[in-house]
Amino acid sequence: MKSHVWRPLYVVIAFIVALLVFRFFYVPNDFGSGKRGFMYSFHRKSNVMEWKNQPAKYGVSGRERMHEYCSACHGAIVKVRSEKLHGVIPCEDCHGPAMQHPEKPEKLSIDRSRELCMRCHTSLPYTTSERKRIPGINPKTHNTGVECVKCHNPHNPSLEGMK
Amino acid sequence: MERREFLKKCILVVAGASVPISALKLIDPKKVFAANPDIQWAFLVDTNKCVGCGFCVKACKTENDIPFDANVSRTWVERYVYTKDDRRYVDSPRAALYGFTESRVDLGRGEFKEIDPKNVGKAFFVPKLCNHCSSPACTQVCPVGATYKTDDGVVLVDRKWCIGCGYCIMACPYAARFFHPVEHVADKCTFCYHRLSKGLDSACVNACPFGARKMGNIHDKNDPITQIIMNDRVGVLKDEFGTKPQAFYIGLAQEVR
Amino acid sequence: MVGQIAQHAMEVHGEAWTIKELFTLPNEYIYWSIQIVMYPFMTGLVAGAFVLSSLYHVFGVEKLKEIARFSLVFSFALLPVAMMPLMLHLQQPFRGIHVLMTPHFTSAISAFGIVFLTYASIVATEIWLVYRKYFVETANQYMAMPNRSLIDNLRMMIFQALTLGAWDISHEAVEKDHKACKIMAGIGIPVACFLHGYAGFIFGSVKANALWMTPLMPVIFICSAVVSGVALCILTYVIVQEIRKYMARSKMARWAKDAAAPGEDELEATKHTEVMISSNYLLYFMIAAMTLEILDLIFRGYTQVKSWDILREVIMERDFVKIFILQYTIGNLLPFIMMILPGRTVRRTTIATVLVLFGVFMMRYNVVIGGQAFSLSFAGFMDYHLPIIPHNLETFKEGLFGALTVIATPFVLFYFINMFIPAFLKEDSTH
Repeated sequence: MKSHVWRPLYVVIAFIVALLVFRFFYVPNDFGSGKRGFMYSFHRKSNVMEWKNQPAKYGVSGRERMHEYCSACHGAIVKVRSEKLHGVIPCEDCHGPAMQHPEKPEKLSIDRSRELCMRCHTSLPYTTSERKRIPGINPKTHNTGVECVKCHNPHNPSLEGMK
Repeated sequence: MERREFLKKCILVVAGASVPISALKLIDPKKVFAANPDIQWAFLVDTNKCVGCGFCVKACKTENDIPFDANVSRTWVERYVYTKDDRRYVDSPRAALYGFTESRVDLGRGEFKEIDPKNVGKAFFVPKLCNHCSSPACTQVCPVGATYKTDDGVVLVDRKWCIGCGYCIMACPYAARFFHPVEHVADKCTFCYHRLSKGLDSACVNACPFGARKMGNIHDKNDPITQIIMNDRVGVLKDEFGTKPQAFYIGLAQEVR
Repeated sequence: MVGQIAQHAMEVHGEAWTIKELFTLPNEYIYWSIQIVMYPFMTGLVAGAFVLSSLYHVFGVEKLKEIARFSLVFSFALLPVAMMPLMLHLQQPFRGIHVLMTPHFTSAISAFGIVFLTYASIVATEIWLVYRKYFVETANQYMAMPNRSLIDNLRMMIFQALTLGAWDISHEAVEKDHKACKIMAGIGIPVACFLHGYAGFIFGSVKANALWMTPLMPVIFICSAVVSGVALCILTYVIVQEIRKYMARSKMARWAKDAAAPGEDELEATKHTEVMISSNYLLYFMIAAMTLEILDLIFRGYTQVKSWDILREVIMERDFVKIFILQYTIGNLLPFIMMILPGRTVRRTTIATVLVLFGVFMMRYNVVIGGQAFSLSFAGFMDYHLPIIPHNLETFKEGLFGALTVIATPFVLFYFINMFIPAFLKEDSTH
């Protein structure tokens, strides 16, 4: 290696060494592969806990437990809901995330817009879908401009005994 | 024997003995089983039950801080409408964030197609999300190891390490990924990993009033979802790519891409 | 309606330049836009310039000596520019170093860091071996100068550093340089091929993309890279020779006033020889590139797999002009005919190289943008509109001005590099 032509190689090696030193300080030392090997699970291991620790917004899971949680304070409203109709809808779908309610927020939102109801109750002529089981209207002709809740009670949506 | 011979044999014996001894330490069976209980998360979509209300999309965006006014979503619902004159229309307006409130189909570029109700043949809704594949193409192509499959089967993105090259987005056959408009890194459905670890259902599973979305541990034979996957006829999307998706579908039609 | 109020209040990446048509999945946009077109184009120029230079250094094609030296230095000017499109594209450009820090080797892009640095080292080494004698002589000249100004001192220090402490310019030492240079050029050719082959692999290995997925992609990219590199070198060489002719005629530049400087006629003759020989090689590689691309097209049209319907509509209808008129006819066929017709002149060849460069650019464009012109659903399309007037940083970086910046930079760099590594050094016993 006496010949001067090797000198550029020394420069390259010096550069690589510098890079590796920088890497030692820069890269977190928990980089590695998981159960799925290098190809599918090479990652920074502490990221898994970071994701796990993210706070949840929506509260209690499942339709049944939702009713338990909300009926503790709002029992009257929850009771009238029929299992066959709006009873299947989680309260949080319309009222927003309730994980820390009533601490934060103190009051959940009440969405009275037509758009909320139209999600399910726009009549769509799809006989091969569960959609057909939901009674619907044409929002362009049915009492336009008026909030649905003016006539329909979302917690007791039975068409009998409407206002 | 000669001293050199003796030394050589000693080294050989020590080296040979150290292998099984260290192997015992490396492969301690007790440690292996004491590690995470064997969970592999899988998703089950029942397209027969979906009505296209879009509450799942709304819940997902709320739970995971994806801005409502950004035209990307971790999950979405597609509407398939077949007319009796042999035409097929598919749309997903704003990823079905506000449900399907019009019978006219969105054709893009501000155009819509009014479909005569008498002309509608079959029509159905297909919710979609990241399939958290077993051999995900997206994690394979990440140049820096910023996206990966966890030991319990969820594919995640490391927001602090992602360089935003977009290779994973291009590699996903299901278009499940996008650039987060605020974080400026790749993003996608995480099966609400932060909720799973707290024993809660994912936001979309929680929100669906009709039970079209369910999640379970596919390694637990007693899990009701696993029972359905094992005993009923379920399908997956685009299995020709060999990604081995872990989101299973009931009621997939052949035209669903 | 509640939903439509803030429809486009928050623009996601890709939304500004993508027009979606029929059914595209909600998250689909043209994520890889003009900068990803520029990247393989620029690296192709780098690889091609190097191969041209190696034709002289390795295969001893004596007549290519002048252009070989020029293309070696020019490929060094092109090297940093190869990184620019990527840095402009990344959503997190400051994390670009991560590719070197935790390279995930199952990803083709992770090869970028290593291959790029290897290639840069090889080119730098080869330049050093070729120019070491010049560095030593120039450093000595500066050191012998009695009254050095500040700039002279700076120049002296730079040349001293460039010698890397190897001051021996005896005949044996320079011979060692030549031998090592030949070896470096030899090693450099496969590395140059790898540099561009992996770029083709990036696209060819994306199984999700029906247009990109083909094993031919790396080979197509290599061949068209060499085509573009050779064409650019011929073009730039001609232009620079014209400039030098003008300077020789008007005795403008410092070197022109020297008695031993090449005169206008000599420059013209050199230009003619170099261009004629290099353009032959251009033709060979053009034939290879065109054959492979047409082969790919024929296979797709013949096998007609699931993606054929949508691909056919993109290739044959929506992008017909871009592919068959701009790329194949104007960018390939026309310059090919221009160069094989008898009586080839320098002027005709020069025009042909411009068309060839345009054709190679359109090939990159049609692959990158074309691959995103259709939806994964095979039921919709996405139109790409290059942002001309930027309205935010993103539309600047990934718009026309971003692309122009990338194109202009190598020439700016070349100007400065040429001050220390003169591309047109004329020596008697030099390689």
